Amino acid sequence: MSMPKDKRAQIYRERVKALQPKSKASGMCVRAFFVGGLICCIGQLIRDFGEKALKLTGNDLSTFTCVVLIFLGALTTGLGIYDRIAKFAGAGTSVPITGFANSMTAPAMEYKKEGFISGLGTRLFSIAGPVLTYGVAGSVIVGLLSLIFH
Amino acid sequence: MPACKRKGERTVFFERKPHIVSAASIVGDMEGAGPLGALFDKILQDDTWGESSWEKAESKMFEAAARMALDKTGLSTGGLHCLLGGDLLNQLITANYAARELSVPFFGLYSACATLTEALLLAGMLIEGGFLGNAACVASSHFSAAERQFRYPLEMGVTAPPTAQRTVTGAGALVLRGDAPSPCDPFQSVCVAGGTIGRVVDMGITDMSNMGAAMAPAAADTLRAHLRDSGKSLMDYDAVITGDLGKFGTKMLIELCDSEGLHIEEKHMDCGNLIFAPGQGADCGGSGCGCAPVVLGAHLLQMLEDGIWNRILFLATGALMSPVSNLQGESIPGIAHAVILERVRA
Amino acid sequence: MKYVIVFLVGGAICVIGQLLICYTRMTTARILVAFVLAGIVLTALGVYEPLIGFANAGASVPLTGFGYTLAKGAIDGARQNGVLGAITGGLEASSGGVAAAIFFAVSGALAFSPKTKK
Repeated sequence: MSMPKDKRAQIYRERVKALQPKSKASGMCVRAFFVGGLICCIGQLIRDFGEKALKLTGNDLSTFTCVVLIFLGALTTGLGIYDRIAKFAGAGTSVPITGFANSMTAPAMEYKKEGFISGLGTRLFSIAGPVLTYGVAGSVIVGLLSLIFH
Repeated sequence: MPACKRKGERTVFFERKPHIVSAASIVGDMEGAGPLGALFDKILQDDTWGESSWEKAESKMFEAAARMALDKTGLSTGGLHCLLGGDLLNQLITANYAARELSVPFFGLYSACATLTEALLLAGMLIEGGFLGNAACVASSHFSAAERQFRYPLEMGVTAPPTAQRTVTGAGALVLRGDAPSPCDPFQSVCVAGGTIGRVVDMGITDMSNMGAAMAPAAADTLRAHLRDSGKSLMDYDAVITGDLGKFGTKMLIELCDSEGLHIEEKHMDCGNLIFAPGQGADCGGSGCGCAPVVLGAHLLQMLEDGIWNRILFLATGALMSPVSNLQGESIPGIAHAVILERVRA
Repeated sequence: MKYVIVFLVGGAICVIGQLLICYTRMTTARILVAFVLAGIVLTALGVYEPLIGFANAGASVPLTGFGYTLAKGAIDGARQNGVLGAITGGLEASSGGVAAAIFFAVSGALAFSPKTKK
């Protein structure tokens, strides 16, 4: 009891850290691996379809693949399926580009109750915003650096 | 000038011992499918309850629970002296909009999930002091409204860490009376005998998905203060019941108490652990302002009424977190207010 | 064989994300940013392009691939158009994906409403 408050708090935090249940990393990783790998294979199927059936090449082919995957991500989010797969697959659904689509569709759906401007329009970017912000800023930095080093 | 009724540092005992004469609880379907399902007054199969938003649905639940509890004891809103209550949403919108509809004298309270015992303790003091003849204490929470305010949009694919608790969709109301219960009141022999005011206790937990750990030290602090102030021991209580520490918070509370020689494990229960069954997808238990009142009103009060218990200490615990302060690096303070609930022989 | 490699590499990249979630308790929002930035850095270092050549969709579908598209666009733009190209290149190359994400998110929000989770 005579222990200073900060010391007691620190001991408590250490106990919490030691005792708190850990997520079962091995199981989660296996599931993330399978679902993530599967989504990539679906991406490859779309790409092969674009290449062979639609005769797309180069950037158009990449964009086509990306757009179709994003459509599928948004659609399964709307149908309420994506978050259920995510509960099972963890990063296996967050890391692929479909997760990016999910992170924009989910807040857009959620906040449309607060109106189209301040709700849907603003909050659409509440999770994906930083991805675009730092992604675009990063690409400009890399572009400028490439001018210096080449 | 009568002497101050405070005992010790922050404990009070009531002479009038306000009776809890009725209770009402409304819950969502997942809570209804839990172990206490049969005991709730109303289970909503559709948790929007026909409203256009979760917030409106929660407010409707709050209002309906209050009306239902008043009905059971034959009180009209006009006969109610004061409504005390709150919820989790910003600016207390659930309680405020419900109070707008009820149009009764109203104190809006916020202690996160400790709101119910804050209301009970204050209502007890107001009745004891002779300022009110009766009062209603109401608290509520809604899973979907809480998710969008504190965490992620519902359809966002995220996995919750194993310490995360599930916000209970529920509203619970209790009606207190200064005079003796009338013969048709649901509860004839349950009273609020006193309580201990909580302190804000912060051990520096910052993880928003580990609220049990953030609240446990507050519960231990209030329990310790209560026993010291009152001169009572654990032997005087049939049970010590916390609000929503959940599985892990319970573990930390027991460890904290054990380290001070208070062995509460056998007498301890937690509303958050009672409301969901294993396999319901809420493995760490329930949480939220609505958790304590629906479990108390639907289950625990009946245990006192039936004479299975004679005296319990009820500590609802609140994690006073805000997404804003959390993003600014602040830790999560906790608070626990305790009330003594007793069986009195008529 | 191609699909086996796609599966293995794509799965492995997701496992890295899962390990970060489990061991650092990193939030999903941070994971997304970290992966895009990692893709940009690896592309700038010249590592990611060969990986795309090897694993195809296994490397382009994860968000690191989005980082690759951004960085590659900026580098190509800089080569062709100097400073202006360095600024426009990233968004130009990824414009399809960004526009699609915005459009489908808005459409999804108009067509569907969120439901309580069990």
